[in-house]
Amino acid sequence: MPTIIEKLWDSHVVHQQPGAPTLLFIDLHLVHEVTSPQAFDELRERGLKVRRSDLTIATADHSIPTTDRSLPIIDPIAAKQLAQLETNCAEFGLRCLGIHSDRQGIVHVIGPELGLTQPGMTVTCGDSHTATHGAFGALAFGIGTSEVGHVLATQCLLQRPSKTFQVKVDGTLKRGVSAKDIILALISRIGVGGGTGSVFEYTGSAIRALSMEERMTVCNMSIEGGARAGLVAPDDTTYQYLAGRPHAPKGAAWDAAIARWNRLPSDPGAVYDRSLSIDADSLEPMITYGTNPGMGMPITSALPEPSQVADPIQRDSIAKALKYMGLEGGKPLLGHPVDVVFIGSCTNSRISDLRTAAGLLKGRKVNPKVRVMVVPGSQEVKRQAIAEGLPEIFRDAGCDWREPGCSMCIAMNGDQLAPGQYSVSTSNRNFEGRQGKGGRTFLASPLTAAASALTGVVTDVRSLL
Amino acid sequence: MKPFTNFESRLVPLLINNIDTDQIIPARFLKTTSKLGLDRQLFNDWRYDAEGRPNPDFILNQPQAQGAQVLLAGDNFGCGSSREHAPWALTQFGFRAVISTSFADIFKQNSLKNSLLPIVVRADAHEELIAALAADPAAVVKIDLANQTLTTPSGRAVVFPIDSFSKHCLLEGVDELGYILSQESAIAAYESTHPAPIHT
Repeated sequence: MPTIIEKLWDSHVVHQQPGAPTLLFIDLHLVHEVTSPQAFDELRERGLKVRRSDLTIATADHSIPTTDRSLPIIDPIAAKQLAQLETNCAEFGLRCLGIHSDRQGIVHVIGPELGLTQPGMTVTCGDSHTATHGAFGALAFGIGTSEVGHVLATQCLLQRPSKTFQVKVDGTLKRGVSAKDIILALISRIGVGGGTGSVFEYTGSAIRALSMEERMTVCNMSIEGGARAGLVAPDDTTYQYLAGRPHAPKGAAWDAAIARWNRLPSDPGAVYDRSLSIDADSLEPMITYGTNPGMGMPITSALPEPSQVADPIQRDSIAKALKYMGLEGGKPLLGHPVDVVFIGSCTNSRISDLRTAAGLLKGRKVNPKVRVMVVPGSQEVKRQAIAEGLPEIFRDAGCDWREPGCSMCIAMNGDQLAPGQYSVSTSNRNFEGRQGKGGRTFLASPLTAAASALTGVVTDVRSLL
Repeated sequence: MKPFTNFESRLVPLLINNIDTDQIIPARFLKTTSKLGLDRQLFNDWRYDAEGRPNPDFILNQPQAQGAQVLLAGDNFGCGSSREHAPWALTQFGFRAVISTSFADIFKQNSLKNSLLPIVVRADAHEELIAALAADPAAVVKIDLANQTLTTPSGRAVVFPIDSFSKHCLLEGVDELGYILSQESAIAAYESTHPAPIHT
């Protein structure tokens, strides 16, 4: 009675030698400009080719500017890295959705929207948020540059099995509470190392009720709970999303795929190494206050008071985080001034995220003290948003509507906070300096971000609904 | 990779839990297309002030850290991104091992591929090392990978876990890619029975 995690593993075993890790086949390898150049160098030095260019695709997202793409790239180092990606892809025969492609976008946005990410697959990318693709019932995980080289050269990886960790979310989300709040609640409960060595399977009625884009938001942040991968078993929601996408199977192949995919879900009575339940009805909008994604709380809560924390290391770490964040324990976070609102990233830059934010901002003006950046996840998301009139809504409200990329989630491309600035961000990491050296990040949902943009302070969106 | 040999070293304490890879090397330094030249950027934002001057309070700028090859870190070291630049920066600075009570999965795998030994110890051994450093900042540990032992300054040999394959690769200085390439027939056999579901 295996879980989906074990089924995915078993169906990709290429070779198992006693005393060695399992050799696992990778069905889809996504490549981007930051973690691949040294891997291509390795292939060149060893005289190796890319084994399966048909299972590999590249895009530019991390260091790419989100300003007018017809202009030259100002940062010469970023320009060189982006050019290197194109050169490497040309040399090794890979399809590259580069800076001028009409399919360019954040790697974890374009895989699903092109229909490349499918149930039953193994997916890797030199990026820890590869877990996003788990939303389709795929085993998807981030790898380092050495492993990027392994997959390029052999389409295989040496892996050790993970523990299975069921995250069961039952009930119904209340108004103003979203997929982002589910995952922030999970991470605040188990901490950033709570899932180390595990793969999460998200189950339960509240997960079943999520759209594919919402499931992607949940799976995306699995790594912030320490799990390399997180996934949701495929169902009709998955199939409806996939049907008709450019790389999805067609005709008889589609029917055969559905039959295959229907066998993926964990068997009834499957046993997990660990399980945890979350009551969706009791969830509130979540926000992080500290310097890792585990330092989160319901938005109405008071900040933790370090002196009340028993464990000395935990106490020190909360005190250190509050000091960095310029916050005082015991005080509320609601009403705290905000300098920047960032709506984007592989967590929350899809069309439904933009619709959600636009829905709240329509006909309103953001607080003039706040810089609000809206960064679509891909050219396709951008096209759809334009078709729906969303850029006008954002611009009329006073937001900055930009070109697709990772942008201020990782702040490699010049989109960054100034030292000391506060952001409410729909991204996935609030580490020190993550959004710019000295910048301070509150992670939250697109609804909370849009609400805070309107008021200029950390705001409970439920007060505006 | 060079074979991993036994060594002894002073310890550099960085006793913070959940040190993420953005602290080990901030993302803005990842625009490089080279593996090299990352030692100066190790812990950049803790190590230098806004003007780029060394922050005297940070451990890597103190005499104790000079020439030391072992980092003693808090729990869940290396969480966050998959950037292999983190172990590249650590090894280029001179570190050959990191001791912690746990490591993030991706960082651990990246380290093993770069001859950086992640040594997981139990809380009691971790505390013993902290106490030894408090008594003598120049205290020395010995690391013996073949026997999987960390000898504390008091002379106690603490056994640490490592899987036999990684241990073999480190001791022999061989990398995984060579092993995977040698499995060509198994890979070809798998491919012949598993038609690709996509064509990018």
